[in-house]
Amino acid sequence: MLVLQVLANGLILGGLYACIAAGFSLVWGVLNIINILHGSFIVLGGYLAFFAYSIAGIHPFASILIAAPLFFALGYALQAGLINRMIAAPVLLTLSLTFGLDLMLANGMLVAFSADFRKIILDPPLGVLSVGPLVVPVDRLTAMILALALTGLLYLLLARSRIGRAIVAVRMDREAAALMGVNVKRIYAVTFGLGSLMAGASGALLAMIFPISPLVGPAYLGKAFVICVLGGLGSVPGAMIGGLALGVVESFGALWLGPEYAVPLSFTLLILVLIVRPSGLLGKRGYE
Amino acid sequence: MKRDALRAVAMFVLIALLPLAGDSYWLRLGTTMLMYGVLAISWNFIGGMAGYPSFASAAFFGLGAYAGAVAQKLGAPMGFAWALAGAAALVFAAALGVALLRLRGHYFAIASLVVAEVLRELVNAATDLTGGGMGLNLPIPRLASIEGQAMFFFYAMLALAALAFAAMLAAMHSRLGFGLRCIQQNESAADMLGVNTTLYKVAAFMLSGVFVGVAGAIYASWVHYIEPPDVFDVLYSVKAIVMVLIGGAGSVFGPLFGAALFLSLEELVWRNYLQVHTGVLGLLIVLLVLFLPKGLISLRRRTA
Repeated sequence: MLVLQVLANGLILGGLYACIAAGFSLVWGVLNIINILHGSFIVLGGYLAFFAYSIAGIHPFASILIAAPLFFALGYALQAGLINRMIAAPVLLTLSLTFGLDLMLANGMLVAFSADFRKIILDPPLGVLSVGPLVVPVDRLTAMILALALTGLLYLLLARSRIGRAIVAVRMDREAAALMGVNVKRIYAVTFGLGSLMAGASGALLAMIFPISPLVGPAYLGKAFVICVLGGLGSVPGAMIGGLALGVVESFGALWLGPEYAVPLSFTLLILVLIVRPSGLLGKRGYE
Repeated sequence: MKRDALRAVAMFVLIALLPLAGDSYWLRLGTTMLMYGVLAISWNFIGGMAGYPSFASAAFFGLGAYAGAVAQKLGAPMGFAWALAGAAALVFAAALGVALLRLRGHYFAIASLVVAEVLRELVNAATDLTGGGMGLNLPIPRLASIEGQAMFFFYAMLALAALAFAAMLAAMHSRLGFGLRCIQQNESAADMLGVNTTLYKVAAFMLSGVFVGVAGAIYASWVHYIEPPDVFDVLYSVKAIVMVLIGGAGSVFGPLFGAALFLSLEELVWRNYLQVHTGVLGLLIVLLVLFLPKGLISLRRRTA
């Protein structure tokens, strides 16, 4: 029974991880940029939800609606104003650029919010749900469902909408897309905006479950890396499967080896997968 | 090459005279600068010459620091512990290189980045040997005075930096350097023309690891106390890259020049704006990438 409970915990965690990684994977796949800022955006989204709840009493589930447009605008502006200038530069330079921006944002949050860990404590609490022998906290379950719904919306946007098809076209062949009349720089900005939106929204959901602090950004960034490599780049279903897989692996790793080995376990998995299948478990060759 | 070597000798002799001019504060800064120089020169092997964006410096540094510290804890003399740390970093780099250097671009960058995280967690968990999160105290060397100790570690770091520099100069003017530059420009073409790319890349990675490992061990002996978040700090990797970027990747004096300039900036910011020093470091990186992506050395070429 313990195994079932751990599996359930892992899947719930994994749904949130999928949401964390989907935006990161999209940006990496389409722009060929590793957005080191992603972890800090998640934390910033968490703070937004925290203050919306503690000051204005806005429920974290509702504050996603505030976070989404704000983070989209932030990401769009950042890409259109700054990162687009360096888009064709070698890996090292684009990586350094987002790393530098991340140092600034993380330091800014440290000064503004201090390093104290904060967590949204719902009043009244949502309680737990018992299904047979399984016990599931309702707040976690709802957060996971919302996270998966958001990820699903992103998938639909990419698969069905005009702008989504343009994003996919740019990912497949930038020059051909440009020749077909797609404004590539604008698509980059929209993509980065969507990536930021996913980060901010997942941060708002996470703040209800895990304590947030400016110091936890890199941990979420690391998870996003692992998920991308597990699931393959730039694909939303890949991020979803990778996220769920990581959640389950971490939960069982914590059960069998001890919680202190959860991070080394996932990173060892990352390195092993990279060595055996450099394009990711589900990735297609040629999309690197 | 001869002219570069002469210039380098003159420069290291000048640095060696520093203790005559300054007090122990300057001696500490000088030791740190030389340590940064070792980091930058080492990164230049893999990042500057071969063009692989390695973030493994922190892993080598921490590995060397802990290898040296644990060896001393078990009773090894200091010099032997340092050599052991270098050997450990060398072997680790070889094994890691064979596995990771098949990856390119972002994948290599990330795989090398997480190595330090894995090592840090492992060291954290191996409490019996390493003290885990409580850190590890090192024996204080039995030297005459505090000043004598500071002087000793300064010259130890100087010797290491000179050694790393000599290795870089020799590599640049050998088949190895030529092969690495071919790999940087077009790896597939280099492979096709008969450059043993795997061997060359692994050799570059080992060179980028061994001196950093020794630097970590010297650092551990110098500060007498290490803990995992301190020596496995990802900022060591980032600083190495920034210093080389400042100086100009792949150039001879760029890394050392970048290390000196970076340390001066870091010290100024650190002293005056403690609260926001990482933010200022970030701003510095952003400005550097946006306006001087080829390093300050490109300024000279632009005007020439």
